[in-house]
Amino acid sequence: MPLTNRSEVVQPSELSWSERLYLPAILKGMFITFTHLFKRTPTVKYPEQKRDIAPVYRGQHVLKRDDAGAERCTACGLCAVACPAEAITMESAERNKGEESLYREEKYAKIYEINMLRCIFCGLCEEACPKEAIFLTDRIVPTTFNRGEFIYGKDKLVETLEERIDVSDRQRPEVLKFKEDKKHKHNKTFLDKTTTAKRGH
Amino acid sequence: MLTEYAFWFLSFLAVFSALTMVVTKNPVYSVLSLILTFFAIAGHYFLMNAQFLAAVHIIVYAGAIMVLFLYVIMMLNLNKFEDEKKSLFMNSLSVIAGCILGFVLLAVVKRTDELTIVAKASSAEVGLVENLGNALYKDYLLPFEMASVLFLAAMVGAVYLSKKEMV
Amino acid sequence: MDPILLYKIILCVIVFAVSLGIAAYMTWGERKIAAVLQDRVGPDRAGPFGLFQPLADGLKMFMKEEMIPGASNKFLFILAPGFFMLTACMTSVVIPWGSGLEINGTVYPMQITDINIGLLYLLGVVSIGVYGIMIGGWASNNKYSLMGALRASSQMISYEVAMGLALIALVMWTGTLSLGEIARQQDAGWANVVYQPLGFLIFLICAFAETNRAPFDLPESESELVGGYHTEYSSMKLGFFLFAEYINMFISSAVLATLYWGGYNFPFQHELGLEGNTLAIIQTVVLFAKILIFIFIFMWVRWTLPRFRYDQLMNLGWKVLLPLAIANIFFTGIGMYLFGKLG
Repeated sequence: MPLTNRSEVVQPSELSWSERLYLPAILKGMFITFTHLFKRTPTVKYPEQKRDIAPVYRGQHVLKRDDAGAERCTACGLCAVACPAEAITMESAERNKGEESLYREEKYAKIYEINMLRCIFCGLCEEACPKEAIFLTDRIVPTTFNRGEFIYGKDKLVETLEERIDVSDRQRPEVLKFKEDKKHKHNKTFLDKTTTAKRGH
Repeated sequence: MLTEYAFWFLSFLAVFSALTMVVTKNPVYSVLSLILTFFAIAGHYFLMNAQFLAAVHIIVYAGAIMVLFLYVIMMLNLNKFEDEKKSLFMNSLSVIAGCILGFVLLAVVKRTDELTIVAKASSAEVGLVENLGNALYKDYLLPFEMASVLFLAAMVGAVYLSKKEMV
Repeated sequence: MDPILLYKIILCVIVFAVSLGIAAYMTWGERKIAAVLQDRVGPDRAGPFGLFQPLADGLKMFMKEEMIPGASNKFLFILAPGFFMLTACMTSVVIPWGSGLEINGTVYPMQITDINIGLLYLLGVVSIGVYGIMIGGWASNNKYSLMGALRASSQMISYEVAMGLALIALVMWTGTLSLGEIARQQDAGWANVVYQPLGFLIFLICAFAETNRAPFDLPESESELVGGYHTEYSSMKLGFFLFAEYINMFISSAVLATLYWGGYNFPFQHELGLEGNTLAIIQTVVLFAKILIFIFIFMWVRWTLPRFRYDQLMNLGWKVLLPLAIANIFFTGIGMYLFGKLG
């Protein structure tokens, strides 16, 4: 008994004489493949040609320094909490005297690690960051043969003084505006999350 | 001179592979050596200027019939040869049958002296396609057609036997 | 040394080298055509347009580890690819590659041997070609290999019948079994395909089946039989099997071009005002162009049509092509009567 009246019993119709000859169908198929000889291939020959990447492409992370060259990150841990893949770990330390040019605030990240195998490049860390310290960039994480090498420490994440990484595309006014609104909302979800986590325990 | 060497080589090959075919225990080797025998015999036809016969011999025997033989042997997987014990009665019967066949063959070989004249006459262009066709379709038309009718009857019989449901 | 004999030896070597070279580049062509038909790029890393890919593949084949299964029949296992290769190369001797070169007043025909049973020789070599596959498949001692071998043998035997009958109609029309003579006849008149369109179609389909090409590639259907008859093969032995298939395809294309499409002849060849050797060389080039077109058709069909099911294959061979071939013989007879070709 049919559950709905949408079902329909399909009866294959008898093939006509020309259909049973098969040759017209074969020739039709051959014609279709032949037309593909003259079609443009959509292939991008990767190492030589690169595809255009969106200005806000989410690739390998960077830990920014401020204009004076001090690290912006204060190891607040909001990025680690926001991270849905739990790819970020960090350890904070207090800034000593004489290190003011290195770290912008009194607390800094002694260890900051992102596991690139876990990371899903969603960009929530960037949204969560209150100090404009972490950004995703249009660089692609290179592959290696070793799992351990995918855990990026500060040596790979923090931009060098010589080669500053431009993230101005990610700080356009509308993006900043969006982040401003989002920050409030994010903080709310952050609170929600911690409470549910507590309840869960 | 070259033909003579070729003759001896082909004769040796034919006899050797025929013996291998009988002696070897692996049925696949038997079939393969039989194929080799056919090739040697086809070579003999070539030497006798019967090219058409040689080619047809290869196509029909080596190309079709032996492929079917090999097909059946592979299908049945007769790899393991089981040496069945046969009764004394069966063994003695087969010995007698073999002796009779050997006797017939000996008699044929003994009479080959009388056939030498015919063999010499055939060395011209008797084996070429045109002459063979003329002979088959003019001089021997009736026997040729009778043979084809025989094949047709055999084919109908085979089709009838292979039908699962008997009419 | 007899100049004719020397010439024949040189021609043998050239034909052998050219068939191997073309077969090698057919692997490249196959991948390139497949790629283009599927809107891809294909091999393009080794050299310009990937032209050195066959060399890299060949080198890879030679360098790979040689595996011979422990439970296999070693003698036959090694014999099979060589035999397959041999039968693939043997057919090229009866094909007329051009009309003839005139050097120092002697005309050297561009055909290794013009035996008067050329067509039968062709059929004979094709019919024993299956042994390489059968022996290889059986000697591997592997179910899939054996299945591939059995499929190959039954398929080849089935399609040989229709192929032979299609050729008989052609032989009736041309009145000769010699390929050289058939090619010369087409110089005077039309190409044979004008008189034998049905025969050509049947022969073409059978050529696909005999070379184990898609849509008749059941002996090596990778989705059902792993690798078919060459599942257990590796290294250059596998290379021989794959290579011989391409040589078969090349030779089949040459036969198709010679028998049905005028061979080395091309329209208005005598009106061009070319003489002797220039014309002969152009004719050879034309023949190779025809062969390349057929090779393209082989590949084009492979990347268009899906594989036949086994019963469909047998039905097509025995219930469609065979009656068609017999009808073709009948019509050819009527045609010969009407054209007054009966002697």
